[in-house]
Amino acid sequence: MTETTTKAEASDTPLVVGGREFRSRLIVGTGKYATNEVMVDALRASGTDCVTVAVRRVDLDRSKEEGILHHLDAAEFFLLPNTAGCYSADDAIRYARLARAAGFSDFLKLEVIGDETTLLPDVAATIEAARVLADEGFKVMAYTNDDLITALRLEDAGCAAVMPLASPIGSGLGVVNPYFIREIKRRLEVPVIVDAGVGTASDACITMEQGVDGVLMNTALAAADDPVAMATAMGLAVRAGRLAFRAGRMPSREIAVPSSPSKGMLD
Amino acid sequence: MSEETIRVRLNGEDRDIAPGMTVRELLESLELRPELVVVERNREILTRDRYPEVPVHAGDVLELVHFVGGG
Repeated sequence: MTETTTKAEASDTPLVVGGREFRSRLIVGTGKYATNEVMVDALRASGTDCVTVAVRRVDLDRSKEEGILHHLDAAEFFLLPNTAGCYSADDAIRYARLARAAGFSDFLKLEVIGDETTLLPDVAATIEAARVLADEGFKVMAYTNDDLITALRLEDAGCAAVMPLASPIGSGLGVVNPYFIREIKRRLEVPVIVDAGVGTASDACITMEQGVDGVLMNTALAAADDPVAMATAMGLAVRAGRLAFRAGRMPSREIAVPSSPSKGMLD
Repeated sequence: MSEETIRVRLNGEDRDIAPGMTVRELLESLELRPELVVVERNREILTRDRYPEVPVHAGDVLELVHFVGGG
């Protein structure tokens, strides 16, 4: 992947969450890749400098190599632990504290799931957990619905970033409600990072064109036939979407307007 | 159960281990690198600097966790 930064990109401000500056606006999950080698290659191809990890029991009966830190260099990628799999505020708080005790940072991707079928968030429990964890000094990045009021409550609870979904986790449906995403971005002061639902590069681009600060994805890379190629595409799409947003698009209108002069035509 | 072991609850399963071990010694006996594992003992998280001093007692409920791939 080329490291060239265009002139237009150089004038952009970096993504800053909880006082930490990130090089890329793309955050990538580390789950479900066919092999750890493919995962690391995909992460590098995406240009990300922040990856999510999950907290789980050590499997005492298997190889000692399953821990992600046997494969990932924490100096190369900033580790963002999540509370994936938690269905209550208490569980999420417990997982968050365990994650912090690993000793990397106070950052946390808070996720409290409310329904096993859709994996949609339990927003009341998310707000409750966010308040407790923010008070304990966590830099909480909260996964939530594309609901403005919940997003405002999460900001008020002290979250460092709010992460509305584009569509359900692992669905690959893209942004189902761009208006709500734009409205959340317009109203919040903390960074808004869209988390979940991106399926392909155009989804990532459309997401960034809404003006949000970043996007987080996992399955779109891990479940692609060629995760490294898709990671490259996603890295470009996030940059393209960001540039297009900053460039300020023309108004869309259901009427044709010629691009060439109407004067000067031959008789 | 032999008198030379104690029973603890380790990651959701009963295990008979040698008595008198510290948390650090337990991790080493399981061939785990202490710097990659977080230990919760009876619902209390142990900071890593305490591994060498905290003893494992019979009946302790221990959770050994680490980071795995996830979104």
